Amino acid sequence: MNGQPLLAVDRLSKTFRSGGGLFGRARTIRAVHEVSFAIARGESLGLVGESGSGKTTLGRLILRLLTANSGTVHFDGTDVLTADRRTLRALRRRMQIVFQDSAGSLNPRMTIGSAVREPMTVHRLARRSELDTRVRTLFGEVGLDPILVDRYPHELSGGQRQRVGIARALSVEPKFVVLDEPVSALDVSVQAQVLNLLADLRERRSLTYLFIAHDLAVVRHLADRVAVMYFGKLVEIAPTPRLFAAPTHPYTTTLLAAIPVPDPRRARQRSMAGEPVGRSAGPDPAPAEPQPGSQPADACPFYPRCPHPAKDERCRREVPLLREIGVGRLVACHYADPSAPDRPPA
Amino acid sequence: MTSVRALLTDSRSVVGLALLAGFALFGVFAPLLSPIDPLAQTDVVTTRFLPPLTVGQDGIRRLLGTDALGRDLFTRLAYGARISLAVGLLAVAVSLAVGGMVGVTAAMIGGLPERALMAVTDAALAMPRIVLLLVLVTLWQQSLLLVVLVLGFTGWMGVARLARAEVRGLLGRPFVEAARASGQGAARLLMRHLLPNAATPLIVAAALGVGNAIMLEAGLSFLGLGIPAPAPSWGNMIANGRDALVNAPWVATLPGLAVAVTVVACNLLGDGLRDALDPQSRLASRATPRRPAAGSSVPPARPDAAAAGTSP
Repeated sequence: MNGQPLLAVDRLSKTFRSGGGLFGRARTIRAVHEVSFAIARGESLGLVGESGSGKTTLGRLILRLLTANSGTVHFDGTDVLTADRRTLRALRRRMQIVFQDSAGSLNPRMTIGSAVREPMTVHRLARRSELDTRVRTLFGEVGLDPILVDRYPHELSGGQRQRVGIARALSVEPKFVVLDEPVSALDVSVQAQVLNLLADLRERRSLTYLFIAHDLAVVRHLADRVAVMYFGKLVEIAPTPRLFAAPTHPYTTTLLAAIPVPDPRRARQRSMAGEPVGRSAGPDPAPAEPQPGSQPADACPFYPRCPHPAKDERCRREVPLLREIGVGRLVACHYADPSAPDRPPA
Repeated sequence: MTSVRALLTDSRSVVGLALLAGFALFGVFAPLLSPIDPLAQTDVVTTRFLPPLTVGQDGIRRLLGTDALGRDLFTRLAYGARISLAVGLLAVAVSLAVGGMVGVTAAMIGGLPERALMAVTDAALAMPRIVLLLVLVTLWQQSLLLVVLVLGFTGWMGVARLARAEVRGLLGRPFVEAARASGQGAARLLMRHLLPNAATPLIVAAALGVGNAIMLEAGLSFLGLGIPAPAPSWGNMIANGRDALVNAPWVATLPGLAVAVTVVACNLLGDGLRDALDPQSRLASRATPRRPAAGSSVPPARPDAAAAGTSP
């Protein structure tokens, strides 16, 4: 082990062109804009943001499933984005992904056993005779009955399918796994089981996670640090307990306020303490889909929705950059208060 | 082989398969079923236009009668089945190979090459097929091979568009991304993930295409541009009987009926295949309800195909 991070992302950007065709004018959409962060070995970084904020794109860029426009990604010192075919193949053994859509992420014409077997065949990780045993072991490890190996994906429940997706990712024994909203499509009761499984596996196999979610509550259990993304940019990074105790970016505050509180008594306390409860008390959710180009390019992207009392002309003229405001805390807001004392966790 | 079982429990595909198998056997065993030479012209004056089931002066029973030259219709129909089915299957095989290659290549490469390939496809699609067929067929000496190639090379565009659309759709699906993330190369991706999932609509389109090709062959032969004259093709049998439609209606009607039934059989088989090849609907009884979208990209069976077969 050394001090070098396992994954280092530097000023990564991706734009998509949409429409256009032969005659129309193409529109470009900035999905990810100059994002930089690093993940230490064994760390679990949560990446949250609303849908359309670019968090899924970011995960794909890191694995080079999409081609980035600019920036770099280094995995264990190897440049991922410029790696040649052989290097990339070797990298793909060490970086894996679990998808949100558990049904769509499995080939409908392949049994789940062959889905888990396939990556091992591609990387020649085991002899033919050993493959079946290894598939069964993996099934056991993710809590699937090995009897199911010959089933097709549509014969399983969502939770079972997601376990297949996890087993497939683990089959090549990766060091790093991108978890792209692995539980958002599951029932709440199943969510907890899968989250526990992911936490167990992380410990047992000393994995490093990039855990993408739109739900802060889910991230809380699994992430050491949380990065908040808004409209293609990182707006705040902080250790999980601190972020939950004292969010500094107004967007993070909004996200936290949107977590439903299951206990009505505590919800009342929260509202009496002057904290926003749910959507209604938060900032006006209007422009739900911020329109690119509807505001000056050098304005803070969150400006139209920002509830911060201090927001002013400066926010419209100058894009706030990520700046350090405490140990391991970065925020992209001109008026985030670095001196705010951490409130005790609610 | 659950899809085979599903195919055999579907009444449409069973009827379609049975009819096609019947015609195929009819053609294959033609020499055994009838001792008569399909090209043999006996004494024209005494044997011409014998109605079905009559026994001629030579003592041979004419099951389906004779044509203007005294040739036995049952025999000619059997030998004609060989030609019609062969032309249908081979022409579609050519279309599938060419169209599949163009469509899959376009989708997988993307960008400018894709646009260029699809522009060529659209341009080819913009020319009326019948006109194209008539022009191409007259450029070379008439032969069975020419008919197959011309039908094949004028029918690949639909396949190309279908294959491209299917593969493009699949490339965005997470399981294909997962396969790429696990380090699979393009060849394995194509064979294991793309083709098996793109195959269903292509197979269905192929089954329907066979019916269409048989009809077009009959049309060309009817115009005297298809299979060269003495050979018994259903199309030129219809052409031969046209002049005697009033006096000897069986001469044109029987091959017309054969074309119609074959085309209907192909369409039935196509419909049955579509459902049987979908793993979702195959297991509908014990699993999730089937996806309605599975077959929607496939051209519908054309009921007018049956009517057109008898009309010439």
